[in-house]
Amino acid sequence: MIEWFMWLQLGVATLAGLLCIALGLAGRKPNDLTMGATALVELLLIMQLVGAIVAPLTGNNATGSLLEFYTYLISAILVPVAAAAWALIERSRWSTVILGVAGLGVAVMVYRMWQIWTVQGL
Amino acid sequence: MTAQESNAAGTTAGTTRPTPVTGIGRVLIAVYGLLALAATGRSFVQIVSKFAEAPLSYSLSALAAVVYIVATVALIRSGGRWRRVAWITIGFELAGVLVVGTLSLLDPALFPHDSVWSLYGRGYLFIPLVLPVLGMWWLSRSGKARA
Repeated sequence: MIEWFMWLQLGVATLAGLLCIALGLAGRKPNDLTMGATALVELLLIMQLVGAIVAPLTGNNATGSLLEFYTYLISAILVPVAAAAWALIERSRWSTVILGVAGLGVAVMVYRMWQIWTVQGL
Repeated sequence: MTAQESNAAGTTAGTTRPTPVTGIGRVLIAVYGLLALAATGRSFVQIVSKFAEAPLSYSLSALAAVVYIVATVALIRSGGRWRRVAWITIGFELAGVLVVGTLSLLDPALFPHDSVWSLYGRGYLFIPLVLPVLGMWWLSRSGKARA
């Protein structure tokens, strides 16, 4: 994992999460802004996947369990997709809140992935 | 069911209970889904890579993961028989987190490796402890609304 990219991703996922929860609680249905923020979170996860595959070739190896790392990464990739699918099926303010929950969930998982990559034995 | 409910709420808006309880229930289901995913992923890793180290903890993790998945499905369907399934699985979760959490505090040697429920779900921000309570609250609220 590349450190600055991880922090960027963590920041984007957290902001997207807070934004969607705030707008959802304010009564907004899923719109281009909240769906776009979720799509951005997903895009960064896909880039992270490519990065994680390429990084060991450049000598940037994971110190922890790769199996655990990829389980987190694949799970994280599924989360925004599931939330967005929900938002498309049910167009209510609560779907926007759920987009936010997904964003915050991804943020936690990204941080955990960083721990697995860098801190041996956690 | 969902469409009927929101139609009913729409036509009687202002006079009866507002929809937020059902709405927040949706968020609850989403969080349940997330926890089910986390527990499944974790127990998958534990069982594949180091099952022999702590068979009891890791079997519990797997069992907990399955129960979370069933609870998520039961909350989504949430009618008739599924309501009972939701009560049973959520009750099982609460019992699990309380029993395993207490045992892991009293006798750490019993659960040397983390399970979802060790130390009352500390590894998961105590969500496993809070969620069943919220789930039961929601089940009883929505039960009253329907009866």
